Parts: sequence; structure tokens; C-alpha cells
Amino acid sequence: MFISGKNDIPQFEQVLASCSSIFTCNEYIRGNQNYMGASSLIVLIISAIAFSGGAILISRLFLKPTTNKQKGEPYECGIPTTGKTWVQLNVGYYLFALIFLIFDVELVFLYPWAVVAKSMGWQALVEIVIFFFILFAGFLYAHKKGALKWI
Amino acid sequence: MWSFSNIANQLHYWLNDHFSPTLTLIIEMVLAGVAVIGLFAGLGLVLVIMERKVSAWIQLRLGPNRVGPKGMLQSLADTFKLLLKEGMTPSGADKIMFNVAPFIAMIVAMLLLAPIAFAKDFQLWDLNIGVLYVSAISSVSVISILMAGWSSNNKYSLMGAMRSGAQIVSYELSAGLSVLAVIVMTGSLQVSDIIHSQADGWWIFKGHIPMFIAFVTFIIAVTAETNRAPFDLAEAESELTAGFHTEYSGMKFALFFLAEYVNVFIVCALGATLFLGGWMPFHIGNWEGFNHVMDYIPSSVWFFGKTFFLIWLIMWFRWTFPRLRIDQLLNLEWKYLLPISMVNLLLVTLMAILKWHF
Repeated sequence: MFISGKNDIPQFEQVLASCSSIFTCNEYIRGNQNYMGASSLIVLIISAIAFSGGAILISRLFLKPTTNKQKGEPYECGIPTTGKTWVQLNVGYYLFALIFLIFDVELVFLYPWAVVAKSMGWQALVEIVIFFFILFAGFLYAHKKGALKWI
Repeated sequence: MWSFSNIANQLHYWLNDHFSPTLTLIIEMVLAGVAVIGLFAGLGLVLVIMERKVSAWIQLRLGPNRVGPKGMLQSLADTFKLLLKEGMTPSGADKIMFNVAPFIAMIVAMLLLAPIAFAKDFQLWDLNIGVLYVSAISSVSVISILMAGWSSNNKYSLMGAMRSGAQIVSYELSAGLSVLAVIVMTGSLQVSDIIHSQADGWWIFKGHIPMFIAFVTFIIAVTAETNRAPFDLAEAESELTAGFHTEYSGMKFALFFLAEYVNVFIVCALGATLFLGGWMPFHIGNWEGFNHVMDYIPSSVWFFGKTFFLIWLIMWFRWTFPRLRIDQLLNLEWKYLLPISMVNLLLVTLMAILKWHF
């Protein structure tokens, strides 16, 4: 089967001893976080804004903007638009959003369970079966009521 | 030895020797920013030309073949074309929201890069809740789409945004449940832990059939989450012209386009990390010689190879399957994928507890 020698994976102590750069773990140098740490989020946000802002600014340099009435109209394949844009939409979107909300909260509950499931053993399995049973009952109720049907 | 982590190490030592720690940190942050922007731009160019070449290959066409050798510079030329276009705001639009939406799409795509391990010990932030972080941040992307659609003052945009919202939130569930299957097996949300747990075999091989089902559900769900065909209802050309970005032009449109492609890369990287072992080389049992040869291939090549294989798979879907209708799309998620992935998660848990996996 697909089993390799374990010796090519560095042990945790070896990793700690060998690393010290901003990209590799550096527990000794800066705080308790591995790798670049939370500062990477600042870098990423700033570089995203710089990249998109820079691109838009560069394109501004090349063009001579003009405006007229027709140019600002909403594009609906050349036909003049009629009525309000923010029309009433199908109620189905709302129903699906509501059901999604229930299931998404369930998903968030499942993350901490998943981390300990293997070490907890049977207790975890019984708990999650009960949890899923309640959830599935609600799901079947929604299905029976026709909430999952697109009208 | 030439590896990403070694280069980063050497750079860090050199900077520490020559500058003060604060200045080192600042220089490293700037370098990381430049590297990330370079990766972004590079990915955009490569993925666009790859998509066009793959589609041409599938449809027995030539594809772009004029600009540069074999048309390889076509996407660069397209970028210049988009740079020269006017990025106008329609007069009826909500100006602030209209202009902020592409920024949010880009920030979300960029933030998702943080926990991805590009090579051995080469990662921006190996945070202990890596996978949860990815699913949390990626659900923000729907906000940028809804903002773009709502503020455009265009019926097509609004319809596209609403469809996309319903679709992204629905498929998030089965994507999350199939990710949870791996977490149950690994017992950790940290990306490096997940990769190290696959040193003796990737989860897709170690986990028997339930893990394979989880992988298939994951691929279907992320295809829908990134608004790719056959689930591209948000921008169904034949019905909604371009969906939520109908009113966008020039560089603002290019940013949405780029964010979409980078999102495809990120979900494929996540799929490769979770199911295909990230940067772990391919090993077979006791074949010492074979495993040794595989170890010589750099970890970054493994990671990008697996990721691009998954991207190719998703492109293959796009040019094979016809587009679904919205009711079919929601039926597929709520009546098939969600129950299947819930039962599958129970099976995986049973397997993990009984230690049936290798």
C-alpha cells in the first residue's frame, strides 16, 4: 500500500532547531506563532489593496474619461430599461438562505467536534449521530413543507 | 540545497546580520508583499492562457496562437488591452459600493493565500485553525458579489448576484462537510499537521471509499463555489449577459476575473493539501528505490503539480458539462450532495474510530 518510511519527516524538535526565518517557523524569535505569523494578514491586505488600486490608477493614466447620458445607462442588451431595477425576487432565495443559516451554524459546531472525534472514540460517534438525527428531522420537515422546491 | 524554505532562511540570516530586527521585519514584509503580488499576477496570466488552451484542446480548436510563441503571451496582451479600457461607473449605480466591490473580491482572494503551504516549511502563516480560517474567509467572497450585483443598477447584475449568493452558500455546506472528513481523520485543523499526517499515504488512498466520496463531493462543491461552469449561473452568458459584473469594465472587471481565477487556484490548492498530501511526494509501500526517486522531486513541484492537476480537472468539467438550471443546481446540493456528505462523514468517523484506514 501507500506507506513510506517515516524518517523523511523531521521531528518537531528538529524543525524547531533548524528554522528561524520569517517563512519557516520561528518560535524563538518572534512570539509564539510559526512562520510569518499574524503580520502576514496585514501584508496580504495591504498588497491586495495596493495591487488593485495600483492597477486601477495605472489605467486611469491612459484614458481620457468622457461622459454622456447614454453611456451611463444600465446595459440591458441595447433595449432601454423599464421600471425599477430592484425588482422583487423569487421567495425561494429567502427560504434557501434560512435553511442554509441553520446548516451553517451546525457546520461551525462540527469543527471542534471533528478535531477531538478520533481521540474521543465511540462517545463522539454517538453524539454526532444524535446531533445529525435532530438536524435531519428539521431537514426532512423543510423538505416536506416544500421549502426545498424551486417555484 | 535549493528549496523555498532554505532560500527564505538564508535571506532571513543575511538580513538579520546587516540590519536591525525591526528593519528586517519591515523588509521581509515588503518582500512577502511583492512575492504575493507577483504570484497573483503570474497565476492570472498562466491560468487564463491555460483555460484557453485547454478549451481549445477539448474542442479541437487551435486556441490563441498569434501573440508570442504558440500564443503564450496572449493573456499578457489581454491585460494591456484591459489597462487601456475605461473603467466607467454607470450613472445610476451606488458609486461607493460599486467601486469597493472589486477590492473586497481581491482582498478575500489574497487573504486565502495565508495558510497555504506552497512547499516544505514554506507558508505565510501556519495558524492552528488553518482550515477553519479558509472556510471562514472564503464565505466573505459572496459579499463582494452581492455588493457588485446590487450596486450596479442593472437587472442582470442583480439576478446574477442573487443566484450566486444562493449557490455559494448552498455548496459551502457540502464543501465544509467533506473537509470535516479529513479533519476527523487528522484530528487537527492546522495545515502542516494535515500534510504531515499524509506522510505514509495520501488521504484519498488511505481513507478507502468514504474518503474518495468526500474528495468527489469537495471537487463538485468548490466548482460551484467558485462559480465555474457547469455551475456558472451567476454569469450565465446566454441568460444574463455577464451576471454580476455586467456593468464592470476595464481594470475593475479584470480584478473580478483575476479574483475568480485565484479562487480556483486556492480551492484546488486546498483540495491538494487535504486529500492529495500537499507537498508530500508520492510513495508506494516498501518500494525503497521508487520512494527515493520521488523524494528527489522538490516539494514545490509536487504541490504545484497536484494543484494544477485539480485545476485542469475543473477546466475539463467546464468544457464537458452543460450548464444546470437553478432548480437543478439547488436540488443537486440539497437533495443529493448534502445528505450524501452527512452520511459519508458518519462513515468516516466510524472508520477513524475503528482504525480501518491505513
